[in-house]
Amino acid sequence: MNTKVSIAGVEFKNPVMTASGTFGSGMEYGEFVDLNRLGAVVTKGVANVPWPGNPTPRIAEVYGGMLNAIGLQNPGIDVFIERDLPFLKQYDTRVIVNVCGKTMEEYLEVVERLADTDVDMLEINVSCPNVKEGAIAFGQKAEALFAITSRVKRAARQPVIMKLSPNVTDITEMARAAEAAGADAISLINTLTGMKIDVERRQFVLANRTGGLSGPAIRPVAVRMVWQCANAVAIPIIGMGGIATAEDALEFLMAGATAVAVGAMNFVNPYATIEVAEGIEAYLRRHGIEDIREIIGCVK
Amino acid sequence: MRQTSLAEGIYDLWIRTDLAAEARCGQFVAVYPKDKSTLLPRPISICETDRQEGALRLVYRVAGKGTAEFSRLKAGDSVQILGVLGNGFPVEKAKPGMNAVLLGGGIGVPPILELAKSLSCRKQIVAGYRDGNCFLREDLQRAACADLPGTEAAKGSAFWIATEDGSVGTRGNVMGAVAQNDLRPDILYACGPLPMLRAVKRYAEEKGIPAYLSLEERMACGVGACLGCVCRTVAVDAHSHVHHARICTDGPVFEAREVDI
Ligand SMILES: Cc1cc2nc3c(=O)[nH]c(=O)nc-3n(C[C@H](O)[C@H](O)[C@H](O)COP(=O)(O)OP(=O)(O)OC[C@H]3O[C@@H](n4cnc5c(N)ncnc54)[C@H](O)[C@@H]3O)c2cc1C
Ligand SMILES: Cc1cc2nc3c(=O)[nH]c(=O)nc-3n(C[C@H](O)[C@H](O)[C@H](O)COP(=O)(O)O)c2cc1C
Ligand code: FES
Repeated sequence: MNTKVSIAGVEFKNPVMTASGTFGSGMEYGEFVDLNRLGAVVTKGVANVPWPGNPTPRIAEVYGGMLNAIGLQNPGIDVFIERDLPFLKQYDTRVIVNVCGKTMEEYLEVVERLADTDVDMLEINVSCPNVKEGAIAFGQKAEALFAITSRVKRAARQPVIMKLSPNVTDITEMARAAEAAGADAISLINTLTGMKIDVERRQFVLANRTGGLSGPAIRPVAVRMVWQCANAVAIPIIGMGGIATAEDALEFLMAGATAVAVGAMNFVNPYATIEVAEGIEAYLRRHGIEDIREIIGCVK
Repeated sequence: MRQTSLAEGIYDLWIRTDLAAEARCGQFVAVYPKDKSTLLPRPISICETDRQEGALRLVYRVAGKGTAEFSRLKAGDSVQILGVLGNGFPVEKAKPGMNAVLLGGGIGVPPILELAKSLSCRKQIVAGYRDGNCFLREDLQRAACADLPGTEAAKGSAFWIATEDGSVGTRGNVMGAVAQNDLRPDILYACGPLPMLRAVKRYAEEKGIPAYLSLEERMACGVGACLGCVCRTVAVDAHSHVHHARICTDGPVFEAREVDI
């Protein structure tokens, strides 16, 4: 039975990845998850310099999910390369680095710094709703997305995944812009912008007022968007949004995703990634499917 | 496992778990509600450990949906927990011969119990409550006096209460009780609401003594991955490389001088 998938020439032992920002640098979940059993670890967003992130509260629980407004706190690319990357390279898994920035130059600086490292792929986060400048602006206008994708592609040594925001009118327009600019793959969805109000205190729960919604509540939206993009572009798609179980992951694969990522549900079940990977294998066995690629995009 | 109610809205839950063997004072566990509309685990401090029985005691206030669900747990039920989490109170900082003053305010009182049981030096406990519902009072009294000679005078100088409505002990907060009873700490340990912790920090800075504060923040992962639960630090944090430390993994207990609260 084959569970291997390949994206832009990079082979993954299985299609299960961690969603950026929900798994730290991998180290934090080491006690629960054997990283060797994951298709890839996708890191927290990394910028050219350390970012302090937003004030607290940064987390709000909502029905069927959560809002976060971390604001891309990260230790910067130098620490990432010195500390986090060597840790991840001890494992037999692919390493995808999520890259963030406020300006085009900042993105390019990180991409260039990663050029001589042995990371397998780059995921460019142009879709974080929690930082005021840059970031999402690149992900909400097709022309801006096209521009940053082409610049990043020119600078990058590794294949490039553009991570799309669902906070747009037409996701396929964004997917097409990324493809046209040379992206090797797209990943979606990032969080949906949301808000929660504490009615007792008559205040916003999050210090940032708005936050990104993730978890099971967003899954149907995510599956729909993956399906739309799969029908709009030929490049591979990494699907995510509320995946908790193998059945959830299979929905994304059948909608057309080549791989999937588990995000907020890691917080609810630290073993979620492994359970999803094992559950997919069990499904394939149960249905006598020889190759996982048979089910990718099987629902037209 | 068993559960009783200690006061209006305050519950006392003992759970049997292997984690009891490794749990230290000031650490916490994250308890998962069963109701899937409340996905995230709830952080609750360890109030007491019973290593022989392999059990942990959690004392909590019903604050919302998750804790309301926990309050309905009965003997024989099981509950999913993640733990033990965080670094506890540094008991080794209280050297023999020192006088340690332990301050608990409101729902910050429970972890003070295991702390008191873990400290071998001279200690004085001050517990602050809203009103006369002084939960854990007897347990704290016993822990405060455990190593003392049986005289009433010795016992009387080991445990104090402050209540906001003045119904028991000093009227006001724990710092009021420290002043009124002329306590002279060489080292402070505290858990409670933010205004109280700020007052403890100020006091410790004035007196030039160390103070260890247990902080709270909303959490998602509990293991240091999501960066949801940070507090501001005075120096650049060694892990994050910015002025933010994770309360779940780098705390919840911090030296007062290190944090900007
Ligand atoms: C390290 C630590 C130790 C704690 N120890 C205790 C304890 O021993 N006893 C006790 O009664 N309480 C303790 N708390 C507070 C306790 O976690 C909250 O009261 C509880 O999470 C509320 O959950 P709920 O579902 O009842 O409330 P809801 O308001 O429905 O919760 C909604 C969300 O907000 C979070 N939340 C709400 N209040 C708090 C809070 N004060 N701190 C952190 N997250 C919060 C919840 O976890 C949940 O994700 C502790 C908190 C921390 C961070
Ligand atoms: C706490 C938290 C932090 C996140 N940080 C990032 C990030 O740094 N970069 C990024 O591209 N996406 C980030 N995301 C978005 C997730 O990677 C994912 O796209 C989204 O949460 C949807 O998946 P989920 O519902 O499975 O969580 C974050 C999400 C959460 C919950
Ligand atoms: S709760 Fe996720 S880092 Fe502390």
